[in-house]
Amino acid sequence: MRKKDRQVPVFIINRLFQAIGVILVMSVLVFVGLYLIGDPTSMLVSPEATEIERQALRKALGLDQSIWVQYLTFLGNAVHGDFGRSFLTGQPALQLIVERMPATVELVVVAMTFSVVVGVPLGILAGLRPKAPSSKAIMTGSILGFSLPNFWIGLMLIMLFAVYLGILPASARGETVNVGPVALSILTLDGWRHLALPALTLGLAKAALIIRVTRAATREVLPMDYIKFARAKGLRPSRILNVHLLKNILIPIVTVAGLEFGQAIAFAVVTESVFSWPGMGKLLIDSIITLDRPVVVAYLVMMVFFLVILNLVIDILYMAIDPSAREKVRD
Amino acid sequence: MNFVKTRLAASAAFLLMGALSLSAADLKIGVKSEPSSLDPQFHVLVPNMQVTFAMFDPLVMMDPKLVPQPALAASWKATSDTVWEFSLRKDAKFSDGSPLTADDVVFTFDRIPKVPNSPTAFTLFTRQIAKVEAADAHTVRITTKQPYPLLVTDIANLPILSKAAASGPAPEGKTTVEFNRGEGLVGTGPFKFVSWQKGADLVLERNPNYWGKPAAWDKVIYRPMTNPAARAAALLSGDIDMMEDPPTTDLEQFKTNPKLSVAEAPGTRIVYIALDQKGEPSPGIPGQGNKNPLMDKRVREALSLAIDRKAIAERVMGGVAVATGDLLPEPMFGAVKARQAAPAVDTAKAKALLAEAGYPNGFQITLGTPNGRYVNDARVAQTIAAMWTRAGVKAEVAAAAPPVFFKSRDNFEYSAYLAAWGNSTGEMSTTLRSLVGTREPSKGSGTSNGGRYSNPELDALLDKASATMDDKARKELLQKADEMVLSDYGIIPVHFEVPVWALRKGLSYAARADQYTLPQDVTSAK
Repeated sequence: MRKKDRQVPVFIINRLFQAIGVILVMSVLVFVGLYLIGDPTSMLVSPEATEIERQALRKALGLDQSIWVQYLTFLGNAVHGDFGRSFLTGQPALQLIVERMPATVELVVVAMTFSVVVGVPLGILAGLRPKAPSSKAIMTGSILGFSLPNFWIGLMLIMLFAVYLGILPASARGETVNVGPVALSILTLDGWRHLALPALTLGLAKAALIIRVTRAATREVLPMDYIKFARAKGLRPSRILNVHLLKNILIPIVTVAGLEFGQAIAFAVVTESVFSWPGMGKLLIDSIITLDRPVVVAYLVMMVFFLVILNLVIDILYMAIDPSAREKVRD
Repeated sequence: MNFVKTRLAASAAFLLMGALSLSAADLKIGVKSEPSSLDPQFHVLVPNMQVTFAMFDPLVMMDPKLVPQPALAASWKATSDTVWEFSLRKDAKFSDGSPLTADDVVFTFDRIPKVPNSPTAFTLFTRQIAKVEAADAHTVRITTKQPYPLLVTDIANLPILSKAAASGPAPEGKTTVEFNRGEGLVGTGPFKFVSWQKGADLVLERNPNYWGKPAAWDKVIYRPMTNPAARAAALLSGDIDMMEDPPTTDLEQFKTNPKLSVAEAPGTRIVYIALDQKGEPSPGIPGQGNKNPLMDKRVREALSLAIDRKAIAERVMGGVAVATGDLLPEPMFGAVKARQAAPAVDTAKAKALLAEAGYPNGFQITLGTPNGRYVNDARVAQTIAAMWTRAGVKAEVAAAAPPVFFKSRDNFEYSAYLAAWGNSTGEMSTTLRSLVGTREPSKGSGTSNGGRYSNPELDALLDKASATMDDKARKELLQKADEMVLSDYGIIPVHFEVPVWALRKGLSYAARADQYTLPQDVTSAK
């Protein structure tokens, strides 16, 4: 036990070093990539501006320097937590992203909760009785769920619930309540009405994936000796299900749900733009279009960092769920 | 299908009734893009300007057809070639109740060059101004560096701030960040600021101290909705009352939908083809040795004749374009009446001209275009390429994302490219100077002249026009210059984009040629 306590921090520190390495490589790639695409001033400046005005802007934004000088300046400032100012709005890039973050996190948390709550029971059901018509219906539904494009599902939901039936709004966050500096929709009824369609759009595909993973895991675990043994012992089916089965299928579910969560946080952009949800994904796309490099770089740095942390959390969860994973770390 | 339509109509009607009874005087607008800042002097950009002009007035305001009208200045006159006097309205008050004086105007002009980090600074409109001073409490005297007839159209872009509200410890007074928080947003306009959540709603309310006719709306909400399909769905569902730029593919349906109405403005943004006339050879024309066929006027005329502009406007643009042969639409200053109608397509004559110029078998050419900068830009370019190919010039389209396109254009990598030019002054000189004036970027001439057309005669005409204070004489000079370029086929106009809005039935909009969405111009038929 004491040995394990020493091992875990080392493993966390290793992960953080990996994160820094990935961030460095990624920032060079993004910097060079955006540099090759074009000159941000050509997107920002009015076509009526003279060359003198363009030069003044380039100078003000630091774009008159060579790419490597620009990169090193960025790196130097980034070490102090300063990711530069947005070319477009003149505001600190990090601040722009952090302002938009609660909306995205809220949307994704609701969507993922929905997908787990719906996906796991349906997946187990389909796994327990693979031949039943209900299971076949679930599996067919899940194929639709993840093969239909996100934006199409979103637009269909809008057509159905907002245009034909007129019971749910089609855009924006609705009424929000401030918790400290963070505005949340989940605390008001109006907020939930606005949240319903985007969360459903985002959650459906994720639920479909979780159904399939859960079903596969269930099918794998059912023929295992310990399940047979538990049955032979005469345990109640509900106990077999909740303890013996569920515990053993959790690992693939946690893996998939965790990765999907990260994916959704970083790139919920399609859902966000269909529902005009004021989250971070929209900010990223707008910034790429206007070549607003400080925002793009800051965003991707944050996301790499976030995904590395998320993977770390998943690994720690593994250790909590799975004794054999604890053994591996110890070796 | 009928069932669906009836159902749609019924539920839409139900929703509209609901919306009307609940909030009789709220206006929700789905806009393409939110402002980059609320600082009225930060960024010359349509999303910024349209929000600013709901809260602030300029001295002179462009009407929907881009003709200058008195706003905060009740009248103005040029007292000499370089000195102008503007008399302010005596009844104009700021939203905090304080009266407008000449000091506020002087403060406004003073702040413009001091705003830091501006992506496109408002100095664009003040570069000809030498001095702004208060002659008395209600008279402002502006001195220009040289005779400058466009002063009035330039200052129509400058909203007047309140000196008391927008002063501060920073060199520029209230900073851009403070304006974004809503501080210092005190104007004389029909609405005043309530709240702004970035990425979401910007809320304004009626300004009780407005000097003009009170606006019809208690509250105005701008909601940024970048996705056109999402805007359309929100309008259909009654989430918003008005949207910018309905998708061209839905427009026919919108026009026939009894629950919606559509507003179209005269278009001023000209979509054109620029042709490389710098010299020989040209990068996008292979197989001609050292020759650049585009240097021959007959070839340029052939390329123009081969384009069926009417078909493009009707089919590719879904009717929201006006096919034309001129660079500016007719009532505007310097447009040529005889050039307004689109020249008829004449493939046979185009082929004959090509043969006469020594290209009986045509040649190959690459047509560059941005993809997603202008309405249906890449599709228009593809159609034009097909039309050229029919006339014997084998054209291939190189479509690129806008930043890539601009980079290639600025490096002169295209032999021919499609682009558009929005005229915000309602006056020919800016268009000609930027698009076909000899490229001298430090002078502000030829800034968008990627074809590098150069005609010293034309430059001389433009110089003369820009120093001519007499409107009639200037108009004639500009028309002459316009005619000179067009008959030389120095640039090939295709069509004007028509700005379009869709609204719920019962609302009407005095659609503006400059594409601004101004809530004060939206009215409700009672």
